[in-house]
Amino acid sequence: MKSSRKLMQGNEACAEGALKAGVKFFAGYPITPSTEIAETLAEKLPRAGGVFIQMEDEIASMAAVIGASLTGVKSMTATSGPGFSLKQENIGFAVMTEIPCVVVNVQRLGPSTGGPTLPAQGDVMQARWGTHGEHAMIALCPASVEEAYYLTIMAFNYSERFRTPVVLLLDETIGHLRESVDLKKYEDTRIINRPVPWEAPGQYLPYKAEGDEPPPMASLGEGYRFHVTGLVHDESGFPVAGNHAAIDRLLTRLSNKIIKRQEEITLYKEFMTENAQYLVIAYGATARSAYGAVELARKEGYRVGLLHMQTLWPFPEKLVRQKTLGKKTVLVPEMNLGQYAREIKKTVADQTQVVTLSQVDGRIFHPSRIVAFLRGEAKYAQVL
Amino acid sequence: MMKEEQKCEIRLSGSGGQGLILAGIILADAANLENKYVVQTQSYGPEARGGARRAEVIISNMPIHFLMVEEADIFLALTSEAYTKFKYNVKPGGMIILDEEINPKMFVTSVNPFPIIKTAREELGREIVANIVSLGVLTALSGILKPASLEEALKIRVPPHTVDLNRRAFQRGWDMGKERIKKKEVEKV
Repeated sequence: MKSSRKLMQGNEACAEGALKAGVKFFAGYPITPSTEIAETLAEKLPRAGGVFIQMEDEIASMAAVIGASLTGVKSMTATSGPGFSLKQENIGFAVMTEIPCVVVNVQRLGPSTGGPTLPAQGDVMQARWGTHGEHAMIALCPASVEEAYYLTIMAFNYSERFRTPVVLLLDETIGHLRESVDLKKYEDTRIINRPVPWEAPGQYLPYKAEGDEPPPMASLGEGYRFHVTGLVHDESGFPVAGNHAAIDRLLTRLSNKIIKRQEEITLYKEFMTENAQYLVIAYGATARSAYGAVELARKEGYRVGLLHMQTLWPFPEKLVRQKTLGKKTVLVPEMNLGQYAREIKKTVADQTQVVTLSQVDGRIFHPSRIVAFLRGEAKYAQVL
Repeated sequence: MMKEEQKCEIRLSGSGGQGLILAGIILADAANLENKYVVQTQSYGPEARGGARRAEVIISNMPIHFLMVEEADIFLALTSEAYTKFKYNVKPGGMIILDEEINPKMFVTSVNPFPIIKTAREELGREIVANIVSLGVLTALSGILKPASLEEALKIRVPPHTVDLNRRAFQRGWDMGKERIKKKEVEKV
């Protein structure tokens, strides 16, 4: 029997995951280390009945993705740090107008042009707060090629389910990594499509929501006439600058539709957490190193476990509080200077100590640093 | 009872355009065909050609967590620049394979020089297949993968009209490696 295992690159797996989720439109502008996503989709998307378009820049790509999604098709773009910065204004537009789309950011070392092929996890906070104004955000972060495939599907699922842009944060290392994958086990993954209106076109109010559920979304070109604006709007979709109650309802609902469903959106894995005194919380390529560190440290007798976060945003407060309860120390290794660690600290300061192990030298995190900390050798650990 | 970990860490290096990253991908493909755990990573700069490049492959019978080579079991270099830049952390008992045109004064330890580029250029008529000659040498000396898996992987990754040339390149490298083993002239670090 022929094995279903295949050697695949992280970026390629991301493109395959998008195809599996039913992507029908990609617009982008090439940038290392994300280019292979565009390359793969340029070849495969037209064959799957979709459209691939290379735009003049990253801003236009994001705008094109939003426009395409408005016509009812699943849409995505892929970029790296410098392009992610450019896309932020239009990401905010998609948040405000509740247009589902997936934005892949294969992180490289920044700021600015930075290190095109060097890994870093410096965009964790940009994924959360890169666009202005109060809003919630969903961001997922894979630690392997298989996860790049699965989490891309889930990124589309969440974007459709909640009518919101979803950010997929890859590390350069994971985007460029090749390893064996068996995608067969994801064959039955449920694919979610956006809620659609059942009212006749004349009766449809584009932003009329039941409670804090996302409102059903009509596609342009199907006979529904509606207004789409980045201005604050009411159920009709038209601006309501003077109606403070309507503004409050809109902004609260935009946040609540995501924050209140934190548990539905939180994806994570646990490794050797039974009877652990120390808990490592890690994500992306750093989680990969953390698995190795926990294995090593357990052999040396340290009671340490790993909480591997696949969903970074919305921040899984409940889960993190529950998993860190009773732990002596929580260790947060990151390829930045503590972006996620500070969030963890904010959440669990009353119940446990949080230590950050930071690295911003353009190399991936070495497992020995975590073990060194447990041995009491880590001079660069910072107690938050 | 826990399985004993059998891991082989390989670092391939050369100049941009010599196809060492492709060689790494072919090695990884071959390991995958043998149902082994494998990861392949690379480092490169902004240049399209030139500059020292590195491809790394880790092959194991267990899941691989840390993605970079820590101590290379096999280190291969096709240029002096790549040799100097990437010769760090070769495991004691590990193996260094070099193109013989690399300045011998740089040899600080036991190495295995082969006429890799010369063979590609003069015997096979295309310097571009030096990467595949390298794979032949490496496969023969290390014994980590079956040559049939490498040939299968070659077919997946090289353009169809070059399969025959690449097969011959692999075979030439393999023969050079086997000859060295026969003469008991393989050097370890």
